[in-house]
Amino acid sequence: MIRWLVAAILLLFGRGKPEPPPTPGLPPRPTHPRAELLALALLALVPGAVVVFAVVYFTSANTQLLGLTLGGAFAFAAAAAALAANRILPQDTHVEERPELDHPVEQAEVEELVAEAGEGVTRKRLLVLAAGGAGSALAGALVLPALSCGPDATKILSESPWRRGRRLVDEHGEPIAAQAIELGGTITGFAEGADRERMASSVVVVHVRPDELELPPERAGWAPEGFAAYSKICTHAGCAVSEFRYPLYDPTSPKPALVCPCHYSTFDVSTGGDRIFGPAGRALPQLPLEIDGDGHLVAAGDFSGRVGPSWWGVRKS
Amino acid sequence: MVGGAEELIRRAVRALDERLGSVPLLKKTLRYVFPDHWSFMLGEIALYCFVFLVASGIYLTFFFKPSFQHVIYHGTYAPLRGTEMTKAYESTLQISFSVKAGLLIRQAHHWAANVFVAAIVLHLMRIFFTGAFRKPRDINMWVGLTMLGLAIFEGYAGYSLADDLLSGMGLAIGYSVLMSIPIAGAWLAGLAWGGPFPGGEVFIGRLYIVHVLIVPLAIATLLAIHLAIIVRQKHTDFGGPGRTERNVVGTPLWPSYAFRSLGLMLGVASVLFLLGGLFQINPVWLWGPYRPDLATNGAQPDWYIGWLIGALRLMPPLEIHVFGYTVVPNAFFGGALFPLVVFGFLYAWPAIERRKTGDRARHELLDRPRDNPWRTAVGAAFLTWVWLIFVAGSLDQAVVHLQLSYVQQIWIFRVAVIVLPIVVFFVTRAICRDLQRSELHPLDRRPRRVRRSPSGGFETIED
Repeated sequence: MIRWLVAAILLLFGRGKPEPPPTPGLPPRPTHPRAELLALALLALVPGAVVVFAVVYFTSANTQLLGLTLGGAFAFAAAAAALAANRILPQDTHVEERPELDHPVEQAEVEELVAEAGEGVTRKRLLVLAAGGAGSALAGALVLPALSCGPDATKILSESPWRRGRRLVDEHGEPIAAQAIELGGTITGFAEGADRERMASSVVVVHVRPDELELPPERAGWAPEGFAAYSKICTHAGCAVSEFRYPLYDPTSPKPALVCPCHYSTFDVSTGGDRIFGPAGRALPQLPLEIDGDGHLVAAGDFSGRVGPSWWGVRKS
Repeated sequence: MVGGAEELIRRAVRALDERLGSVPLLKKTLRYVFPDHWSFMLGEIALYCFVFLVASGIYLTFFFKPSFQHVIYHGTYAPLRGTEMTKAYESTLQISFSVKAGLLIRQAHHWAANVFVAAIVLHLMRIFFTGAFRKPRDINMWVGLTMLGLAIFEGYAGYSLADDLLSGMGLAIGYSVLMSIPIAGAWLAGLAWGGPFPGGEVFIGRLYIVHVLIVPLAIATLLAIHLAIIVRQKHTDFGGPGRTERNVVGTPLWPSYAFRSLGLMLGVASVLFLLGGLFQINPVWLWGPYRPDLATNGAQPDWYIGWLIGALRLMPPLEIHVFGYTVVPNAFFGGALFPLVVFGFLYAWPAIERRKTGDRARHELLDRPRDNPWRTAVGAAFLTWVWLIFVAGSLDQAVVHLQLSYVQQIWIFRVAVIVLPIVVFFVTRAICRDLQRSELHPLDRRPRRVRRSPSGGFETIED
């Protein structure tokens, strides 16, 4: 036991193995016993941190402690390597010559070599043209299978589940009673029976005072009793228009509006979804509503315009 | 002990040489010289981040399920129990809560992506402002720029996989930007998504293979080319005593540079593990699963997407109509045109500068930023422009703190992105010219001179 201790102490604090006699004519390399000792200590800390990491892993597996111990182990190793690089190992500065990059003689030779291919060819331009055409045709042929990646989305994009009489349902599939939406409130509705993930399926219904509405004449009656429905998908970049600003304090928010939280396009619900701020280039499509005999919200037709982000096929509305 | 090591080295060297004849190459490699400057380490940090990303990413693939199939959550995170979600999101929650050390690796992977792009951007700034892109290195700048573009796209694809509410919103915006490309947009978006948004099983399968194989492979290939070109051309260096256009002065690879670089690699891993363990990033369980009819307030992407969000938000509501058709929808300007202009400018810069200065010579010694006031001023103005647009992407966070409405802030920024870069151009150029005349260090304004002594040594004199 004592012999082991002595050996360990000697290993740590001993003078180390003497350097071989210096090469004649060169100054002897300086030694760095203190830096070596520090590096030794840092290296000894690495397995220590790893052991703690393992203990944490097998017990609480607490993320913070795992990060601290594993990061710590790497930090000790990094410090040891940096110490070795900057204090212990030889700090020589070397000079290297850069290669010349250009070879004028070979350049001319290669030019000739490449040109040799054309020697003895009589209809050079025609052949090059034909080869170019053939290459393009092959490339075109290989592009065709890529078209299978998707259907012609332009057709699907025009589909809408809304038509007259289609009921609005809430997220549990229950029909929406108009009276359930309080003044200044909103609810998200879906076309009954439609795939809810499709952009055209969802609408946001807002409840405002009927006298706040200034809908265009052709949309008279689209918002019975102040219930107006708009597409929930922003016409700018496809996010859900999930915020409703209802003026509780008139000087700062002059008009009730729907706001998209992605880029803050703001749509005026009183005038039929006109954009009043933000980057959107066109109005939010409005869905005409009716209230049926049971007091439930029902669509009175399809949207006033294309749902979803604009693309070239969308007509200016 | 030492004798044994020497014997081992001798045997290994011989075994290698007798089979591959590679000892001359090995000798050259061990003596390869790295010039010393802290800013030359930035690219290396990016390299080690990439290694870290690949390793941590492989680990995550063992648990992640790239599937849009719907399931009801019954896992350990109580607030979401009973919620309908996709397997992609469910398995991300699983990694975060049930896999031991899973959250550590997931967060470290996410942090590594952020640090990776940050290191590339800083490295690019170093290249730009020191003129390191001049002949013969213009070719390597293009390789690097392509990697930057791929790294940004790779990060976006990565956090889009989790299918939480934020990632779904990001995908909706990406889909809309693709749709907004004139004429081809709707068709391209249909091809990429395999149908209309949000796509199905086919789409997440594609996104997954793009994120875990195609883009990483492309980055790895370009990285190999990037490094091979550096080895061929050797590093640039700042001017100084004994340094010429035809030599490299610095630390040889073996031993000290190898250990320095090893230390940097271990240090990068250490920082990333500490970040991953101690600093929460993208807590997807708080956002909930994605549904196209939901969006959250105050949503912010990873920082490297911020410039695009800023551009989308700042853009005035302009759309271009031809015969009533929306040929150029608004999202095109901020989401597609803006990054094209930024990358186009950077790709073209070596040619722009060559045209302006007429300088077609090979350059191995770097400029200090002041040495070329025009370039530094253009770079600073460009950076100001992109940076202001980046800041505009998080103005909604500032509304709470500043006594300005969001609308007022947007208008201030719309003016600032045009005016400030011009101001910065002239101010930077004036500072560079002033520094050139006075030869003062910009941070420490004591004048210095360097004198060469008759014996050939150099000394710094303080006036």
